Amino acid sequence: MVENLQILTGAPVFNVQLLLNGLSVGAIFALIAYGLGLVWGVTSVKNLSQGDMVMTGGFLAYEMNKHGVHPIVAIIPVAAIMFALGWLIYRIIIRRVIELDLFTSLLATFGMAIVIQQSLNLIFGPDVRTIKSGFDTLHLFGGQVDITQIRLIAIALCFLLAIAMVAFLRYSRMGQAIRATAQDPRAARVLGIDTDTVYALTFSLNAAICGAAGVLVAMVWVIAPFYGIGYSVRAFVIVTAAGLGNLPGVIVMALALGVIEQYSGFVLGAQFQQATVVSLLILILVFRQLSLLRSRRALQ
Amino acid sequence: MSGPIIEVRGVTKAFGGVVANREVSLTVERGSITGLIGPNGSGKTTLFSSIVGQHPIDSGSIRFDGREISRLGVQGIARLGLQRTFQQTRVFAKMDCVQNMLVSLPQAESGFFDMFKPYPPDLIAKAEHLLEFVGLYTKRRLAAGSLSFGQQKLLEFAMALMNEPKVLLLDEPTAGINPTLINGLIDRLKRANRDYGITLFVIEHNMRVVMNLAQHIYCMAVGKVLCSGTPEEVKNDPRVIDAYLGAAA
Amino acid sequence: MKLASRTAALHAAILVVGLAAPFVFPAHSVQFAVFWIMVLFALTWDAMGGQMGYNSLGNIAFFGIGMYICAITQIGLVYDVGEYTAANGAVAIHFTDAQYFGGLALGTALAAVGATIMAAILSWVLAGIRGPYFAIGTLGVAIAAAELTAAWPWVGGGQGISMPVFPGGPGMRERFFYFACLAAAVACYLFFRWLYGTRFKLAVNAIRDDEDKAEALGLHTRRYKAVAWSSAAFFLGIAGALFGNMTGFVEPLETAYPTLTFGIFMIAMTLLGGKGTLWGPIIGATVFYVMRELTWTYLLGWQYIALGVLIIVTVVYFQQGILGWVKSRRPEWFGVKVEERGGPDSGKPRPAPAPKAVSA
Repeated sequence: MVENLQILTGAPVFNVQLLLNGLSVGAIFALIAYGLGLVWGVTSVKNLSQGDMVMTGGFLAYEMNKHGVHPIVAIIPVAAIMFALGWLIYRIIIRRVIELDLFTSLLATFGMAIVIQQSLNLIFGPDVRTIKSGFDTLHLFGGQVDITQIRLIAIALCFLLAIAMVAFLRYSRMGQAIRATAQDPRAARVLGIDTDTVYALTFSLNAAICGAAGVLVAMVWVIAPFYGIGYSVRAFVIVTAAGLGNLPGVIVMALALGVIEQYSGFVLGAQFQQATVVSLLILILVFRQLSLLRSRRALQ
Repeated sequence: MSGPIIEVRGVTKAFGGVVANREVSLTVERGSITGLIGPNGSGKTTLFSSIVGQHPIDSGSIRFDGREISRLGVQGIARLGLQRTFQQTRVFAKMDCVQNMLVSLPQAESGFFDMFKPYPPDLIAKAEHLLEFVGLYTKRRLAAGSLSFGQQKLLEFAMALMNEPKVLLLDEPTAGINPTLINGLIDRLKRANRDYGITLFVIEHNMRVVMNLAQHIYCMAVGKVLCSGTPEEVKNDPRVIDAYLGAAA
Repeated sequence: MKLASRTAALHAAILVVGLAAPFVFPAHSVQFAVFWIMVLFALTWDAMGGQMGYNSLGNIAFFGIGMYICAITQIGLVYDVGEYTAANGAVAIHFTDAQYFGGLALGTALAAVGATIMAAILSWVLAGIRGPYFAIGTLGVAIAAAELTAAWPWVGGGQGISMPVFPGGPGMRERFFYFACLAAAVACYLFFRWLYGTRFKLAVNAIRDDEDKAEALGLHTRRYKAVAWSSAAFFLGIAGALFGNMTGFVEPLETAYPTLTFGIFMIAMTLLGGKGTLWGPIIGATVFYVMRELTWTYLLGWQYIALGVLIIVTVVYFQQGILGWVKSRRPEWFGVKVEERGGPDSGKPRPAPAPKAVSA
């Protein structure tokens, strides 16, 4: 570990490498976390199957790729399929747990996570996959820092998707309906908003976001049926740290998490990466609780 | 032991931009029944919540039995002998009335290992006796959640008594109760005060109740104490009438 | 009287079946042992989740910790742990009978104590965190435990630890651990049966129903939370110690900290049977276990999907669980009084009716 630290201080350009890698995965984390926060804020459902939906999107693109569809092109159809899937899941499962206590919805989504993971495992097998996007690698700083172009494209795409979402929520009628429902479902109903449709739409939008993110993950990194939970945990860390409805906070936290993960993976070793993320979750929870302590409230 | 049992001095509490209590000062005399009236939004419930430690106060001092409690939390203050009932009545819905009572045992003297003992028959008898005192004896084995709102209020009152408090803060104890039962409740409150020696501090909107019940009344409006005095004095104070009728306070 | 003798008969019947099973179906001893572990899982989860309302997704962490503590103790008493794990099975330790059983006993005891201490500490660290944050936080703890263990070479890292061999012929080993698991489950049941007869039960139910109100009554909620979690951890640690020895191999992700299987099964079982009751978890464990065996036999390949679907269906459509459903149909069986229409029921005669109202 010490030698790794020495590399960082001795060859500072290496920090740039870690930073760039971290930011590119962080951008994708931000997208996933944003979707999670959206569903959480509007429906109060904490979707523990978020990461698995991401993986589903990735595998859909993988399958399409086998039939010659370039992954970037696949993003749209994958998002559409995931949107439909999300609508279906909402109708069958989520709709019935929304009004119930918070743990029930958590557990239901956990059940979904298991079903999705195992289904993916059954269809594709447990191995990791990736999709070659056919882009070049950029060499910076005289070859000391590599960044694959696809990572930069991924960052750009995340940015675009985020802008599209924010614009939709801010300016469209449906977006306003969603925001109204998030603030007060009963008032929204009184005003004639069909909250059921709002919930369905929000959940499906999230599924679509996850699908798109999954395609990006497959291109930038790897996908595997059982990797989903890791992304779910990361999304929770980010949302918990940033707070709901705080998009700039989500972006900052997500990028930070991406970078921290790269650093811990480098300094401590790859096997500690997941542990770092999870430890951060606990630390953030404890920290939030301690800051609530002064106003004598509990974190719930 | 002398001096007021509760002494609130210069308490200010704001929520975000809204100042709910502004430099509130009042005292509650030991063994008395003191009333707190005022139009909606005057900060009465906030004051109660501050006193029992539900939230920290921005400034000021709250003394209970001579001791500064503004830094303590709800649990600690409860164990010192300060209980409160809620406007929206909180009881443990899934347990029956007797169980609700047993859970309300005073905890100040309880040691760590007390939790592993069963409830002795004399405590169960005391619980039933208090349930009878509030008129819930025949309902004692029903789940608290299945009681009517008025009955739940009575249960909450009985639970507070079970906790053997020195002072009981009651937040609108007659709200939502069938008018024919209000006299019975007033009577029980007086008896609790007289027979069990519990000081009562009561928020009320029902003027008949508070004038009947309280020996001393404070009136609040827009977060401040407007005036105080005996029921007669307060009833006839033009400022109080103005506050309720909406003239600028 | 009738109820008491019925209960005694039920207990006796279960005990007889439990004692006879490994002799009647010797080939299934290990499977039956797993059943008792599942019962223990459900009972311990219910203490936290069903009775107290603190839904932990990470209780499996105590199972894993117990497993590792026991393994380390057993090996460490006779050999150097680091060397043993580094050799990765190349070294075979020879235990005398006394050493094996002594190590196992000490290991199990330390596992129980270690898990209990960890629970007490966690309960302090996570104090004030409730609801979904508590659930996700505990899940995080379990995942962290798995990952950190997998990254720690001294305990074998991702490769795991191969456990000492049981002295005794074939069949003896299975029977021994079967009875050990049975004893653990029975002890767990007796403990919680006793505990729920004390003041503890009402207090934790109060915390579940309205924690703020419980605090407002002055209850020492922290104590109860610590005790609930520590009790659960105690038995989970023992279960882990036994399971590790029974399997013969301890590995972090699938064996010791199976968050996505056993970790969630314990919740599903309790919900299925009816949380917040003593027998709900037991019934739920039985039904779930049977379903698990059936799906493994007939739906191999699909078994986890089937179980995942079962979890969803239970959570969404059947929250009250089996016992809850029975209670709603036949409340009299549970001593629950239903309000009669018309006058209040009289109950026992009592002196002094409620005082009549006197107008002011």
